[in-house]
Amino acid sequence: MNKAYSLFLKDFRSELRTRYAVNSLAMFIIVAISVILFSIGNERINENLTAGLFWVVIFFTAMSGLARVFVSEEERGTSLTLQLVASPSTVFSGKLIFNLVLVFCMNTIIAVLYAALFDEFVIRNFALFFCTFILGNIGLAIASTIIAAIISKAGAKGTLYPVLSFPILLPLILTSVQLTLFSIDGTGFEKSKFELAVVICYDVIMLTASYMLFDFIWKD
Amino acid sequence: MKSLFWKIFLFLLLAFVSVAGIAFPIVENPVHWYDFPLIPGLEQNAKIIFFHVPTAWLTVIAFLMSTIYSFRYLRKRDINDDIKSYAAAQLGIIFCILATVTGAVWSKFAWGSFWSWDPRQSSIFALLLIYGAWFALRSSIENEEKKATLSAVYAIIAFITVPFFIFIMPRIMAGLHPGSADDTNSGPVVDFKMNANMMIIFYLSLIGFTILYFWMWKLGYKSIMYKERINKQIRG
Repeated sequence: MNKAYSLFLKDFRSELRTRYAVNSLAMFIIVAISVILFSIGNERINENLTAGLFWVVIFFTAMSGLARVFVSEEERGTSLTLQLVASPSTVFSGKLIFNLVLVFCMNTIIAVLYAALFDEFVIRNFALFFCTFILGNIGLAIASTIIAAIISKAGAKGTLYPVLSFPILLPLILTSVQLTLFSIDGTGFEKSKFELAVVICYDVIMLTASYMLFDFIWKD
Repeated sequence: MKSLFWKIFLFLLLAFVSVAGIAFPIVENPVHWYDFPLIPGLEQNAKIIFFHVPTAWLTVIAFLMSTIYSFRYLRKRDINDDIKSYAAAQLGIIFCILATVTGAVWSKFAWGSFWSWDPRQSSIFALLLIYGAWFALRSSIENEEKKATLSAVYAIIAFITVPFFIFIMPRIMAGLHPGSADDTNSGPVVDFKMNANMMIIFYLSLIGFTILYFWMWKLGYKSIMYKERINKQIRG
């Protein structure tokens, strides 16, 4: 765990040096939200649409930046060194922590911007939204990290990432949209516990499978 | 001799299922042995069950086999397992497209439109996406071993999400498909209001299509293996 943390610190420092992922993510959020705002214009959209659009922005923003963790290692040619100094599960933990931090920062910004810019995006059950947000972000980070590892070892990097991630993330996104709708409606926990259980299951299953399969991806 | 027996058996079985499935009449009060009962909400459209359900069933079976051989590849590193997994997925995408198309045609007559984002339609669409992504991943990698390993890992991760599509999405969304949670006419999928002869022909059709699938799968992976061997001889 200590090693994973120092791996995370290494990524964090090199990210601070270039600010590549952070800059591109921030710009992507602004671009995506302004495209939506332009296309809406002065129309009033209903609540169902805001919940869906919220996760659309999150999905595409994640797809634009989260592959960096592994792709940058391959580009710099440092993945072999990393294989020497750390075990596969440590590497995966370090990368996962980095992506978790990135996802949480990015989605907090998106949520704040959404609440400020869309009049219809009013959360009535904040506790439910908070749970959805945390669980959804964890699932998103886990699935996108393992797919990023596959992508970095495959030849084509840019376009393949969303293609591979979408079917894997689909159950998570659909339930999260449903839960976001519930929290906008003000539905209580009692009615939404099935959906919450689905998201928790997804997170746990993805985490276990990722740790088990990462060895095969990482070793050349 | 044995394979000839299987071929004749399969031909007779599928011929009988096709004729029986299309020609046997659906009547309100079945009296003859060949009469099918009238299922409320499905009526004459019910006959598609003999051809649509087996294709959907084979889509999942093919995916399951592809995943099993992916597991075996990761454990034993035998390239033949990868070829078997690939051949299974090739058939899987064909049956997936067939299930989507037959389902869409049926829904035009039963629900009034080809596509209405019913949970079942969403889940078969997600399966198509998974297969598409899997083939895209395979075609992007040149190195044979790397291709086998990465696609095996992706197949396993993708297979984990399939239960979500099959068991959970129909419960979250209200659906039109027979067997949805809020369906009052025909009940859950396993409890179709079929009578005995309809049941028998339905299961015969499932068996026939499954045998057909295994035959096609065997031919598929053998031809890929021979191709690989010839390629190696030419090069070496």
